[in-house]
Amino acid sequence: MRRSRLPFAVLAFVLVFFYLPILILVVNSFNASRFGSGWQGFSLRWYVRLFQEAEIWQAARNTLVIAVSVTLVSLVLGTTAALALHRFAKTRLQRLHYTFIYTPLVVPEILMGISLLMAFVSAGVPLGLTTIFLAHVTFCVSYVALVVLGRLQDFDDAVVEAAQDLGADWWTTARRVLLPMLAPGLAAGALLAFTLSVDDFVITFFVAGPGATTLPIRIYSMIKHGATPLINALSTLLLTLTFLTVGASQRLSKNKLFGGGS
Amino acid sequence: MKKKIQEAALTIPSFVWLLLFFLVPTLLVFVLAFRPPDPYGGIGPGWTTATIRDLARHPYWVIAWRTLWASAVTTAICLALALPSGYAVARASPRRRNLLLMMVIVPFWTSFLIRVFAWRSLLHPEGPVKKILVLLGLASPQTPLLYNNAAVILVMTYTFLPFAILPIYAAAEKFDFRLVEAARDLGARPLQAFRKVFLPGVRQGVVTAVLIVLIPALGSYVIPDLVGGPSSEMLGNKIAQRVFVDRNLPHASALSVVLILAVLAPLLAVLFRQRKKEKPEIILEEGG
Repeated sequence: MRRSRLPFAVLAFVLVFFYLPILILVVNSFNASRFGSGWQGFSLRWYVRLFQEAEIWQAARNTLVIAVSVTLVSLVLGTTAALALHRFAKTRLQRLHYTFIYTPLVVPEILMGISLLMAFVSAGVPLGLTTIFLAHVTFCVSYVALVVLGRLQDFDDAVVEAAQDLGADWWTTARRVLLPMLAPGLAAGALLAFTLSVDDFVITFFVAGPGATTLPIRIYSMIKHGATPLINALSTLLLTLTFLTVGASQRLSKNKLFGGGS
Repeated sequence: MKKKIQEAALTIPSFVWLLLFFLVPTLLVFVLAFRPPDPYGGIGPGWTTATIRDLARHPYWVIAWRTLWASAVTTAICLALALPSGYAVARASPRRRNLLLMMVIVPFWTSFLIRVFAWRSLLHPEGPVKKILVLLGLASPQTPLLYNNAAVILVMTYTFLPFAILPIYAAAEKFDFRLVEAARDLGARPLQAFRKVFLPGVRQGVVTAVLIVLIPALGSYVIPDLVGGPSSEMLGNKIAQRVFVDRNLPHASALSVVLILAVLAPLLAVLFRQRKKEKPEIILEEGG
């Protein structure tokens, strides 16, 4: 029997819809034209200009420093949370714990941003890179915890028990059995936390205060003030970086990133 | 006893962190709605209900209504595109399925701001979309494509669509497609089979997709800010204005409370329905 082609046509349309804007942006980054209206020849001038913008590189450095520290801290907090949720799944404390982990995922970013801002202002904490770090850890913990928890639920607990039966102490079990098995989950969680931190704008904007600038905040003000060709070039660089990271992570974790593929 | 200590050691770090930086700040939003602002952009002493009364006096209901309306339209469009897409991905051969799934996921690994910006330059008065539409005679050179509600809904759809496709695909992957074929053999037209057999089969995926689009759409701020005009402001924009322009945190708190309630409504509706649905099924199982 002939299947309807309509769903495939819709999917094809959706994929074009997804990639076309990004593609045009990349093409335009090599456009000599200042306003991107019509092709005026291939040029790398916007890339050259980009490298001269000290403010962008300062913002990029802030972003990187925050993302790395956020990844480390949220990896620790998220992994301990996942271990607790997995090992003591039935207790009342863990049910509350799970609600705590889960709820930040469904709260719109702006609400998280404003509530953290209120908290920092009320507590008299000066806004800056530190408050950005604290805010980012708060939303990354949940993602890391759920990714690691997914990995924990996939594997056989009997292996851990077997190791203990064979005389391995807690530390040896953790290091020789648990860690290698968890490694793909940890890598996926770390990558997710890093990406979320690098990309976050809304929450960062609320808790940044006037002085601290991250790359998304810088990009936002460039969009607002119409530095179009420079953003095209910067976007293309970031896209290349993203695709390289995704490619590398795919190799490393063999499609385990989103649970679906195998 | 040792187990208790172990549980505490593993739970305390994340628990305390989220208590301090998630629960307390969220509750604080409700509290600060009843505090007066001070002239320096902070919180003044004492308590007041003036902010809440002020909220009722302002024409905020127009903006609240627009927020609900734009989010609902976005959700409907996302669903209309995600259902056939998720179906198509699930029906593809396993090798192509992984590739298609990657292709759906990768765009949302790219920076959110950059994707919004890409649309801003596409829809620009001198951008490519306008030129093509004028060339095809579908728009006059004066038709504004940017800074209106349609642009906001278009870009929201673009941003949230991958999140809608994934849960529908996940549900469709577990769906037994022989049911659709059986329906077709029994004389159902393709659309009929899709609507009466496939749709109920992936209901859980649809519910997840609706929530995953609707909730962030309600909280939208950047998209209406960058591609919307003054007449497409949403609650998120008003909250940001109160914080960054007026420096009036209590007012921003009061508006956030409205947004929290708007977000809670669909969540609670789904939870409530699921709880109600569970009961008859249990009875059925016991009877059969």
